[in-house]
Amino acid sequence: MEYESVIGLEVHVQLQTKSKLFCGCLVNFGAAPNSQTCPVCLGLPGVLPVFNRQAFEWGIRVALALDATVGRVMKFDRKQYFYPDLPKNYQISQYDQPLARRGALTIDGEGNSKRIGIHRIHLEEDAGKLLHSTDEPVSFVDFNRAGVPLLEIVSEPDLRSTEEAYQYLVELKAVLQYLEVSNCNMEEGSLRCDTNVSLRRPTDISLGAKVEIKNLNSFRAVKQALEHEIKRQALLLDQGSAIALETRLWDAKRQRTESMRSKEDAADYRYFPEPDLVPFVIDSNVVEQIQAALPELPAQRRQRFQSVYQLSAYDAHVLTQERTLAELFERTACLCQKPKAVANWIMGDLLAYLNAKNLALDAVTLRPEWLAQLIGLVDDGTLSGTMAKEVWGKVLERGIEPAVIVREGSLQQIVDVGLLEHLADSVIREYPKSVEDYSKGKANALMYLVGQGMKRSQGKANPQQMTQLLKRKLDELRERITGRVTE
Amino acid sequence: MGVVNTETVKHVAALARLHLEGQALEQIAAQLDQILGYVQLLQKLPTDNVAPTSHVLALTNVLREDTPAASLSQDTVLTLAPERHPPFVTVPKVIETSS
Repeated sequence: MEYESVIGLEVHVQLQTKSKLFCGCLVNFGAAPNSQTCPVCLGLPGVLPVFNRQAFEWGIRVALALDATVGRVMKFDRKQYFYPDLPKNYQISQYDQPLARRGALTIDGEGNSKRIGIHRIHLEEDAGKLLHSTDEPVSFVDFNRAGVPLLEIVSEPDLRSTEEAYQYLVELKAVLQYLEVSNCNMEEGSLRCDTNVSLRRPTDISLGAKVEIKNLNSFRAVKQALEHEIKRQALLLDQGSAIALETRLWDAKRQRTESMRSKEDAADYRYFPEPDLVPFVIDSNVVEQIQAALPELPAQRRQRFQSVYQLSAYDAHVLTQERTLAELFERTACLCQKPKAVANWIMGDLLAYLNAKNLALDAVTLRPEWLAQLIGLVDDGTLSGTMAKEVWGKVLERGIEPAVIVREGSLQQIVDVGLLEHLADSVIREYPKSVEDYSKGKANALMYLVGQGMKRSQGKANPQQMTQLLKRKLDELRERITGRVTE
Repeated sequence: MGVVNTETVKHVAALARLHLEGQALEQIAAQLDQILGYVQLLQKLPTDNVAPTSHVLALTNVLREDTPAASLSQDTVLTLAPERHPPFVTVPKVIETSS
């Protein structure tokens, strides 16, 4: 039977403040384990947490960028549960008075955009990190992450396919990066995601039983886990079985979801107001100031790239997904005034290179001036398209400017006309059959001979020049032959 | 009053990882019932004109600037833990999987 999937996403993003949410410990990924903690984040007796102003303002910034209503008053609550990564045995979070509610994020479906509702946005502290020993019955705890500011962004169940869920995540990540509140690095855990999914018949109004899926470490994992889970639930429903309301874990190795041991009363967190933190009244002037200072967001930049640089909707979409990529494009386009060429180089060879090497853009040394220079070298005929691709590969590999690579290698295009003539002549001598074909009017024969000529030049001849040269020589030859016949 | 019975105590004890059995359950249920029963007296107060509050202090917006401060040394932190395997604190193995 056909079912409609109803999907919601819960995203946790670490705010890259200098210090933690309630104490002065550094927020510093990769620091020596247990070197960034203090009595406050370890929950030692008698300490007093104090809220980080930057985290507060960034939280409001994100809420406004997601078109959410910032509450007039917000407060923190204690969420109680036991887990070894939670030193206080409670997490300072927000329950009934969160930072913001009712936002939205617009995703671009296949051509048609769709507004995905955001249920709520709240601030909370992160927990420590656990590592599990493979040969001993112990787990290792690193408390550095305990107390790092997290913003939890909960969507409405407005997503109807894995593709929409994926687009929502990509767009949300882009917005967060544009706001410069987080690096959104999933490998480092600064962006994490849980999802829930239920199926229903398209005619149903009520929602089916909801399954929550955790342990999703990449956008790809979200996609795969949802695909798997939708199939699993459809199969159960087809068999007439009920779907259990439960939490499942994604096992990336085995590519399946597995039921988490159902913990009785797992949802009984016994929230109560955090007595150590007084309420926060959110001044409308502050909200207005933050609103006024919002940077250009991906959707706006997409529009601008289309109108200012005449890019297609698709090109604008790809180029604005990452802030750094959009900046590289724009700076280069301003330098060389050839936006379409810049877009092609970035979307083609650069993204292919990064994907092949599984690298982020900031992992390669690359200046807008270099790409502009490369485009210039193609324009003035120094490099053929093929050669430029080769040079670009070396630029990315070695992090040096194209001109240097052109100079040090023998990559310059052959400009010596004598040498080109010599190449053309040798091709004509070697392929009399093709020469004859050409004289009989087969245009393909010329292309074949040009190909042979380019091969001999090791790609260093200018293809247009080679074509012109060969055509001239072949035409002369044909005239001479036909002339002789008429004589 | 019957606010707290042994079932409630079992539930709360399980959440708090306390192991209570038999006699102790009865005893604590009775004691908690008395305490909470007494607090129930508050329900009799007229509160129609009192706004709900989570704090009694007339204080709001206590904030700090995002300025880093010194942390404890790794040695100190590890000494505080009951068990350690430097640079980590160790705990009995926890793995969130089924079977």
